[in-house]
Amino acid sequence: MSVATPLALRNPQAVDEAAIPVLPIQEFRDTVLHTVKGGARLSAFFGRLISGKQVKVYALLAHDEVGECTAIGTIVQDSYPSLTPECPQAHWFERELAEQFAVKPEGHPWFKPLRHHHNYRGVPDLWPGQDFASPIPGSYPFFRVKGSEIHEVAVGPVHAGIIEPGHFRFQCHGERVLHLEIQLGYQHRGIERMLAGGPSQRMPVLAESIAGDTVVGHALAFCEVMESLGDCQISPRAQALRDIVLELERLANHIGDLGALGTDVGFLPAAAYFGRLRGEFLNLLMELTGSRYGRSFLRPGGVLHDLSGVLLVDFEKRMKRAQKELRTFARMLFDTPSVIDRFEGTGIVTREVSEELGFVGPVARACGSHRDVRHDHPSGIYQFAHLPMMTADTGDVHARALIRWLEAERSLEFLLEQLTSLPEGELQVPCARAGPNQWAFSMVEGWRGEIVHLITTNELGAIARYKVIDPSFHNWIGLAMALRDGEISDFPLCNKSFNLSYAGHDL
Amino acid sequence: MLKILATRIEQGCRTLAFPSEEAKLPERFRGRPTIDSKKCPDNCQQCAEACPTQAIQVDGTVQLDLGRCLFCQECVMACPEQAITYTPDFRLASTTRESLMLRSDEIPKVLALEEKTRRLFGRSLKLREVCAGSCNGCEMELQALNNVVFDLGRFGIQFVASPRHADGLVVTGPVTKNMRTALLKTYEAVPSPKLVIAVGACAISGGPFRDGPEVHNGVEKFLPVDLYIPGCPPHPLTILDGVLRLLGRLESGTREEVHQK
Repeated sequence: MSVATPLALRNPQAVDEAAIPVLPIQEFRDTVLHTVKGGARLSAFFGRLISGKQVKVYALLAHDEVGECTAIGTIVQDSYPSLTPECPQAHWFERELAEQFAVKPEGHPWFKPLRHHHNYRGVPDLWPGQDFASPIPGSYPFFRVKGSEIHEVAVGPVHAGIIEPGHFRFQCHGERVLHLEIQLGYQHRGIERMLAGGPSQRMPVLAESIAGDTVVGHALAFCEVMESLGDCQISPRAQALRDIVLELERLANHIGDLGALGTDVGFLPAAAYFGRLRGEFLNLLMELTGSRYGRSFLRPGGVLHDLSGVLLVDFEKRMKRAQKELRTFARMLFDTPSVIDRFEGTGIVTREVSEELGFVGPVARACGSHRDVRHDHPSGIYQFAHLPMMTADTGDVHARALIRWLEAERSLEFLLEQLTSLPEGELQVPCARAGPNQWAFSMVEGWRGEIVHLITTNELGAIARYKVIDPSFHNWIGLAMALRDGEISDFPLCNKSFNLSYAGHDL
Repeated sequence: MLKILATRIEQGCRTLAFPSEEAKLPERFRGRPTIDSKKCPDNCQQCAEACPTQAIQVDGTVQLDLGRCLFCQECVMACPEQAITYTPDFRLASTTRESLMLRSDEIPKVLALEEKTRRLFGRSLKLREVCAGSCNGCEMELQALNNVVFDLGRFGIQFVASPRHADGLVVTGPVTKNMRTALLKTYEAVPSPKLVIAVGACAISGGPFRDGPEVHNGVEKFLPVDLYIPGCPPHPLTILDGVLRLLGRLESGTREEVHQK
């Protein structure tokens, strides 16, 4: 086994593409496996077409404890030995690579399409007989458990509530779920391909539409990766305002989730009060940005509106009131025995599973995995103002609910502190175009977890490849793991406790 | 239990008085744009060039397609003369695609349902939502209609779980290739007579995904649309206002009034 030294990077950063070591596949594979074994996470693993036949594959590894990332590359053609058997967190990435570029990971244990589309290389797809014109999953069979008392439950793509489409296939023995297979892809809009080719005017609005509940998170990742390419340093005030809206987005979503968890266990007071309190944060976003979700506020080079004068005073007053209400509602929820009875011990995911499969965000922190981009790889104002990382260790619905409450509390404290000490500076500075043959990445802790955006530019400085990784990409398999050996009637509650993005996954 | 009761008393009633009282949105909120083409310099195309979804056409006067507009303010920033401004007016819905083409300060028109259909749906409307490639933004605003602030239920309007129980479909998203079949099957499952409401720029025109490789440009290509609700995403009040006007339950939208004009 020969292990190479990958290129060290800090979030966010742009480098000459040539600076990333390109290794033969065997050495690349050994290095990734060795680094992951040493405690690093696979943050990104993706391909880029370099000629009609060849695909360059990059791995971005996150070393959370030292606040550093490393990158390496390799060149593959039609197939390579799969990393998944020895590094399970590569499983979804390898399926994505196979679907996008028709490069087969030999020995992948669960080889099926991810989003149901033709590959970008214009060669035959890897699943012979798969008809991408027919509904998902085409001709690919679902995993099946056989036995005279086994039954199968199929749910979706159109669900009972007002939610996004996805298909869930349960293999059950009575109420007990032996296996859950999650098939997504219905929301696939081809965003990565639409983001490439530019820079174009469409890019910012596309980035904001990757996941409509994470507008700020993805817009921030987009801005930071573009600014690192354009070598643009935004003002401290713009940085602070960006992180303020990022925390407002986190608050709105975490609080909304607490209400929705109340609904799913039939505790309606929580649903009513948290539901309204969520709206308070959306309304704050609207006061500041003109949109309840913070659309068209962040742009490469800075932000478009300021927070000052009467608005600033009003913000502080409203946040203090919200802080008090949050505490009252949360105590009401977490002190109700019937709620705790349903939350505790439901949908357990262990820390081992979390780390082996590479979960991120509140889902990972709820089972004791210490990872938070704001803490481990900080950019913007998080470099100076530290938010304590909240973790739990039971990995059940209760832990995932509790993390949301605690993180909401920390975010409010952070916001109130920021409001009293907003730094000065220009709202916007010019952001230059990217140079030729660059490679850049940015990481943001969105409310669901780590968001990664990566760009490579061609010899003219145009965007050759835009890669987006939503936290849901890492975490969907977590929902399947949480349901294993659980009861099928717990599915809605488990699903809500993860609250993952279909659109963010499907891109 | 006492804690729940105490919180209940403290919280009181939080439902908006809309529509009996006017609702006001903050100054920065980007609602219905107004256009003053008299301000345009000769041969200026800057707003049209800045628009990420080609919603604006300039030939003598400015025409803005609200069905494509993402309310992103690129046109406002590009315009040297402030000929386009966003107002906080949330009334955007329309029963025809044409009336979403704005040229000045007009409010898009909602033609209330005809008497017979209105008798059927006017006081009880059950809707089934289908997300066909939306980013989840429109879903969240539709969900928000069910919270205590907007409280959709008080109008007899309800989102139901099965298309068989529904009087109509609310469709969001540009209609991805992978959702087309499911959308059409859900529509077939709704008993006639049925309504189709297109919510958001994506469902109306494809929105930011227009002409993308994996999407169709909205629901119109597949289903007959009865009500268009623009926005990215539309504010819950925009949706509520549109649906109430369609049902003839808001004054500014009764069939009679529209015909008088």
